[in-house]
Amino acid sequence: MYQEIILDHYKNPHGRGLREPYDAESFQVNPTCGDEVTLRLKVTDGKVADVSYEGQGCSISQASTSVLTDLVTGHTIDEALSTMDAFVELMQGRGSVEPDEDVLEDGVAFAGVAKYPARVKCALLGWMAFKDALARTSNEVEA
Amino acid sequence: MTTTTANTTPLDVAAVRADFPILSRTVRDGKPLVYLDSGATSQRPVQVLDAERRFLETCNAAVHRGAHQLAEEATDAYEGARAKIADFVGATPGELVFTKNATEGINLVAYAMSNAATADDGAERFVVGPGDEIVVTEMEHHANLVPWQQLCQRTGATLRWFPVTAEGRLDLSGIDELITERTKVVAFAHQSNVLGTVNPVDALVRKAREVGALVLLDACQSVPHFPVNFRELDVDFAVFSGHKMLAPSGIGVLYGRRELLEAMPPFLTGGSMIELVRMEGSTFAPPPQKFEAGVPMTSQAVGLGAAVDYLNAIGMDRVAAHEHQLVERALNGLKEIPGVRIIGPPDTVDRGATVAFVVDGVHPHDAGQVLDSLGIAVRVGHHCAWPLHRSCGIPATVRATFYLYNELSEVDALVNGVREAQRFFGVA
Ligand SMILES: Cc1ncc(COP(=O)(O)O)c(C=O)c1O
Repeated sequence: MYQEIILDHYKNPHGRGLREPYDAESFQVNPTCGDEVTLRLKVTDGKVADVSYEGQGCSISQASTSVLTDLVTGHTIDEALSTMDAFVELMQGRGSVEPDEDVLEDGVAFAGVAKYPARVKCALLGWMAFKDALARTSNEVEA
Repeated sequence: MTTTTANTTPLDVAAVRADFPILSRTVRDGKPLVYLDSGATSQRPVQVLDAERRFLETCNAAVHRGAHQLAEEATDAYEGARAKIADFVGATPGELVFTKNATEGINLVAYAMSNAATADDGAERFVVGPGDEIVVTEMEHHANLVPWQQLCQRTGATLRWFPVTAEGRLDLSGIDELITERTKVVAFAHQSNVLGTVNPVDALVRKAREVGALVLLDACQSVPHFPVNFRELDVDFAVFSGHKMLAPSGIGVLYGRRELLEAMPPFLTGGSMIELVRMEGSTFAPPPQKFEAGVPMTSQAVGLGAAVDYLNAIGMDRVAAHEHQLVERALNGLKEIPGVRIIGPPDTVDRGATVAFVVDGVHPHDAGQVLDSLGIAVRVGHHCAWPLHRSCGIPATVRATFYLYNELSEVDALVNGVREAQRFFGVA
């Protein structure tokens, strides 16, 4: 389960820290273990301009948020959403989903985590924050 | 806690383990199971499983209803279990209410108290409202915290709490300011499910008596592990769960002093708990039936009775002495590892067999995962005591809990496993 890639992201997280400017912020917590992440999102011209975050948690939750920033930054909202869907599908597949490396890049390292139901929530924590932040930006755009 | 065993021979762990089929299974590719999560739920011996099965195969029926032979035998089995369990904790059968678990027992009291405002005469002493205070501690399991927060919210009463010292003991220095004439209830854990601390029941009860407050003891982590006598402790209410003491899940106990149960209004109402029902209104059966609405759990109660027989046959003094050895070994072993910090009393004085700790540089989840890969089952997280973790400035801990079937070699496996986790994450 602990692929080298996961440990690398855990020890040297990408994009960590909370930055300005941002359009929406989301705070997510895993109530069973207390892991937390605060994630900020900046959208410019329909693209994810910046994702910044701060959190405390296990290697899985921290590494998957680091991978998230690589996967979505610079991409259109639609691309980011479909990447998210692929990651969520992988994590909820109980180890039966073959990940597509072209889509998920370092995210494929989490395939093993999907076999441990208790850890799936950890892997999805940052992604839930991203999804929530995204919903908040679109609400604001519409409002 | 009992630490002297002059008159008892040590517990025969190998013989005990033979009664627990699950302990001989392997996990994670053939690793022998090292089960160190009995604080969450314990395993069940064949004697308990057999008792449940025997009940279901021979006399299953709805208790306290029907005049047929099965109903009679089922009622005898159910009430027989109640009598045994009551005796085990120094109570009479009429003082022992069956609930689903400890959580339900605490909610029963909290809801009965909010019902008291509109109940018949005699319930006045249970009424709480603005100006009244409920006192808990910062080390409570959510089960003994959230129901009181909610009671305060419903009634306008105020929640107050004892802080915890850096060593993981209750800080009683402010007891005279905390427990006052305004205090209606003092509710606290006998033994913390995280720190292992055994709290000073006598000091808290004495103070509560001085001001006329009711005392509720959360005995979830004490009754399974050492001799407990509610009458001698002089508490008003106490709760515990069967599944933490070798019995099935779905059965728990609320103890209440007889006169209190008689005066306290019911929480759940319906069948089985009534005396007389008319369309205009109803009267209630005497306790404990008054608090057992609906067809209750039966094979589970019988299973808890069998668990009490099992523990009695071994002797709770012996169980406590054995666990004392285990926790001593665990504390000594873990203390020797640089970077490991015990969350809770560092010694074995007034301390049960629960050890929570953090490992510098290794998140508890990750430590738990490495231990799991070695076949060692521990709990990670905040163990339903989030405010306690917050007060310690940590998000989570690793928790090992021991029971009568654990061996010293399993403690050593834990200590070695923690070192392995440090190596894996490159912090050793
Ligand atoms: C101290 C303490 N109180 C209350 C509870 C709640 O027990 P249950 O979930 O069986 O109601 C537990 C169990 O986790 C506990 O350890």
